[in-house]
Amino acid sequence: MTDGASPVLAIANSFSWNPVADWQALTGQAYMRDALLAGTIAAAVCGVIGYFVVMRGLTFAADALTHIGFTGASGAVLLGLSPVAGLLALTMATAVGIGALQQRMRGRDVVTGMILVEALGLGVLFLRLSSGYSNQTYALLFGNILALSVRDLVVLGVAGAVALLAIAAVFRPLLFASLDEEVAESRGVPVRRLGIGFVVIVAIAAAAATQVVGALLAVILIVAPAASAQRLTHRPLLGIALSVIIALLATWCGIAIAFWQPYPVSFFITSLAAVVWGVTRLLTARRFGSVTLHHAHAHAH
Amino acid sequence: MKHSVAAADRLGTHRATPPADRSVSSEPGAPARQRDPAPAAMVLRAAGVHLGDHWVWRGVDASIAEGEFVVVLGPNGAGKTTLLRVLLGLLRLDEGGVDVLGRAPGDSRGLVGYVPQRRALDRDLYVRARDLVSLGVDGTRWGIALPGAARRAQRALVDEALEAVGASAYADRPVGHLSGGEQQRLLLAQALVTRPRILLLDEPMASLDLRSQAVVSSLVSSIARERGITVVLVAHDVNPLVSVLDRVAYVARGQVTMGRPDEVITSERLSELYDYPVEVLRDSRGRIVVVGLDDRESHHD
Repeated sequence: MTDGASPVLAIANSFSWNPVADWQALTGQAYMRDALLAGTIAAAVCGVIGYFVVMRGLTFAADALTHIGFTGASGAVLLGLSPVAGLLALTMATAVGIGALQQRMRGRDVVTGMILVEALGLGVLFLRLSSGYSNQTYALLFGNILALSVRDLVVLGVAGAVALLAIAAVFRPLLFASLDEEVAESRGVPVRRLGIGFVVIVAIAAAAATQVVGALLAVILIVAPAASAQRLTHRPLLGIALSVIIALLATWCGIAIAFWQPYPVSFFITSLAAVVWGVTRLLTARRFGSVTLHHAHAHAH
Repeated sequence: MKHSVAAADRLGTHRATPPADRSVSSEPGAPARQRDPAPAAMVLRAAGVHLGDHWVWRGVDASIAEGEFVVVLGPNGAGKTTLLRVLLGLLRLDEGGVDVLGRAPGDSRGLVGYVPQRRALDRDLYVRARDLVSLGVDGTRWGIALPGAARRAQRALVDEALEAVGASAYADRPVGHLSGGEQQRLLLAQALVTRPRILLLDEPMASLDLRSQAVVSSLVSSIARERGITVVLVAHDVNPLVSVLDRVAYVARGQVTMGRPDEVITSERLSELYDYPVEVLRDSRGRIVVVGLDDRESHHD
């Protein structure tokens, strides 16, 4: 991200239909190995955290955090700091504010929406002030997984590990609070602190996803695998595992396809995630679609 | 009454005490379960709660005996839910004292089951009914549940609670797609799964159809009798509860007053309580029926 390389591979590699040769070509270069590693970290983090984002109805807040990540990263570029560090710092700081706003459900969308758009505006200003490399802007908005520095990878890895450990530590109270906040509170779960803490963890997922597919597309990597998984299984742990698997497949396949096709990686990753979600909805529509009628029928009595 | 018992039997639950033991409405003058003075499950002494610039209620002295079934009536905003929140330890008194099972409220959380007021669970909650109930057991513990003996013991508890409320048939279906009556039974199962000595229920019959109201009412009363559980149930419509309640607590005009049903459920008292014309009638079997007299208001559903 720091060297501002184009996210589109300069030379399209040729696909040989020989799996061994293709695998060697795909992993033969350092930047491709780094990309696959970054994609793996991001997919694992987004798959796990996305499960709770979807369950808690925080998709919009997650989207806002990715946009704020853009502002943080461009601000860091202006100050000559690591974009990933700036991205993480500003998203996590904002997450505390968004988390506190969760208590007031009604006004939340308006405030989140305002922050989201203003963040983009500020980010554009920062980039212009830092002599506005268009490559930098493009990389932040649409992702630049093929040009990550080692420093970016280390920051991503550490942040991702911290996020996953935090989720594992609060897993049961978080699930309890996400399903049934009032009962959880009555049983002594610190729902408010847990809610704020969770949005801070979402900020890490948003930062990770932004590294892979960019600020504008990041939310899909958080939401699509988890939303698909929740329709396929109703067991929480299995659902989270499935969510991670879907995120990993979309990321790996997206990177691989982009290795052989001269189009942006972000396009392939987000499209694959969206296709999985769409197919899942279609496959489960019969099972869940009919319930709407059943409900209407039951209420008519 | 007959209908209620039949419903309870169909659900696989049994009454420990025959209906004749109960002070039913056919004997309006009979004292309500006051043969042996049971120890108090909950005591309020000169209790008051101050919110904003006014007292919700103050100077409240009340005692609820173990095993008693108390229905809390009162107009909207009178402080019925506030009363439950005080008993749960979620809201502190501004004056006076409160004991729950001889301790400060909140110190006996596993012994108090709670079903909060709500319309319905989110339709997008794709989590099994069984998992919702299971969180009633270990939702306050940190980390992820590991397989083993404890997990199997917990599963047995969950199965027992589901069985007790007649929800075994849909234990593996996603909670968001169950009907209102089914969800209410699950929430009751979740409240019961820790084998509590007190049940606090906030309008468990709201937005249920007549049949589901009768089922939930008889279910709560039969389980409470069988296990000797003290019940405090907030309701707007006393009709489905007349046959099962011991005493009525009515919350209005900054006061909480307790009384036997034949003292409180009268045309005069209820009209005064709701500041609205209410008439108490007796049907051919001696059951009490409460009706609002204003036709324009009686069609809300």
